[in-house]
Amino acid sequence: MECEAVNLKLYSHWMSSCSFRVRIALNLKGLKYHYVAVTASSKSDPEFLKLNPLALIPVLVDGDFVLAESLAIIMYLDDKYPQYPLLPHDIPKRALNFQVAHIVASSIQPFQNMGFLNNFIEKKVGPHEKLPWAQSVIRKGFTALEKLLKDQAGRYATGDEIFLADLFLAPQLYSAYKRFNISMNEFPSLSRLHEAYNGISAFQEAFPEKQPDAVNSD
Amino acid sequence: MASDTKKLKLYSYWRSSCSFRVRIALNLKGLKYDYIPVNLLKGEQSHPEFLKLNPVGFVPVLLDGDLVLADSLAIIMYLDDKYPQHPLLPSDIHKRAINFQATHIVSSSIQPLQNISFLNYIGEKVGPDEKLPWVQSVLRKGFTALEKLLKDHTGRYATGDEIFLADVFLAPQLHAAFTRFNIPMNEFPIMSRLHETYNATPAFQEALPQNQPDAVH
Repeated sequence: MECEAVNLKLYSHWMSSCSFRVRIALNLKGLKYHYVAVTASSKSDPEFLKLNPLALIPVLVDGDFVLAESLAIIMYLDDKYPQYPLLPHDIPKRALNFQVAHIVASSIQPFQNMGFLNNFIEKKVGPHEKLPWAQSVIRKGFTALEKLLKDQAGRYATGDEIFLADLFLAPQLYSAYKRFNISMNEFPSLSRLHEAYNGISAFQEAFPEKQPDAVNSD
Repeated sequence: MASDTKKLKLYSYWRSSCSFRVRIALNLKGLKYDYIPVNLLKGEQSHPEFLKLNPVGFVPVLLDGDLVLADSLAIIMYLDDKYPQHPLLPSDIHKRAINFQATHIVSSSIQPLQNISFLNYIGEKVGPDEKLPWVQSVLRKGFTALEKLLKDHTGRYATGDEIFLADVFLAPQLHAAFTRFNIPMNEFPIMSRLHETYNATPAFQEALPQNQPDAVH
C-alpha cells in the first residue's frame, strides 16, 4: 500500500476502544504514524498534560495540531487525507453511518469502558456488578444496532464498502465478544460483521494485541 | 413559504437534551416542522406504535418524507447535508475538528452519564442521594475539559464568531447544568458566557425546553 510521508503521532492505549477506532482509520488510509503508548501514570505526567491538558486518549498530533476525541480525529483524517473516504456520498447512507457510530460512542462504550467499570460500578455498586452491568449495556445497544442493520445488504455495516460505522462497530464487537462474554449467536448481523472485520488487514493490524504496548494476559 | 403540511416531523421530548440539539439545528436553518411529543417519563418511547416507526426506541426521531432517522448527531449531520443554509460546520479543517471534539465530549462523556435512565439506575442501586453528586461530578469533569479546549478558539460563540456544531451540542448541556443540576455559573467562565449568549439567540430560545408544546410548568 502507498504510504504517505506524514508527521503523525498517535497517543494510544492498546486496550482502548476509542484508540482502536482511530488505528483502523489510519490503517485504511495508509497513513504511517508514530505510536506513543499512554499508561495510567502518564495521564498525570506533566509532559503529557502539557501536550494535552484534557488527558484524554486517543490524541493525534499532526505537525503542530493536537486533537483528541476519536470521532473528531477520524473526521479530521477524512478531511485532510481524503484517500479511502470514510463517508459515502449518498446522504441517507451518511446519516446511517453517523447513527451507528453515535449509538456505539454515546450509549454503549461510555458505560463499559474500564475507567467507568472500575471507578464507578465497582466502587459504588460492587465488583460483582461489573460484568452483568457491562453485558446489559452492550445487549441493549446491540439490540438497537441489530434492528437498525438487519435490512442492510452488503458485506459491511452500510453496504459493500467500509465506512465510519464499521470503524466504530469493530472495536465494540471485539470487546463484547472477547472481554464481556457476549455470545455471537445472539446478534446474527453483528456477528457476521465481526467475522468480516477479522479478515481485513487494516482492522487486524489495529487489534489490541498487535499494539506495541500490548501485554499478554490470562 | 408554501403549504401548512410541513414535510419535516420531529418526535421530541421537551426536556430531552438530544431533542433540544435537533430543535436548535432546525431553527438555525429556518426549517419548519411538526412537533410530535413522546413522553419519556411515561415510557412512550417503548410503546408499540413508536417502536414500529423507530425500532431503536430513542428520541429524537426525524421524519423527512420517507426517511426515518434517529440519533441527534445523525439527524443534525443529515440536516446539514440536505439543507445547506446556515452550515453547521466551518470550512477550515482545524476548526471543523475542534467542533467535532467539543461535540463528542458532550455527547459521549457528559450527556449519557447524566441521562434519565442512568440516573434511575443510580437511584435504585446506589441510592437517591447519589444522583446529584454523580451528575455534578460528570458535569464538572466535562466542563473542565471544555474550558481548556475552547479557551484558544472561542469568540462570540464556542469556536469563533459564528454558530456551529459545538454550540448546538453545548447549549442544551449548559442549560441542564446551570438550571437543573445547580452547577454554579462562576466555576466555568467560558461555559457561563456561552450560556448567556445562547439564551439571547432566537434559534436557541425557541428550542428551549420550556417553550415546547409538551412542556410542563
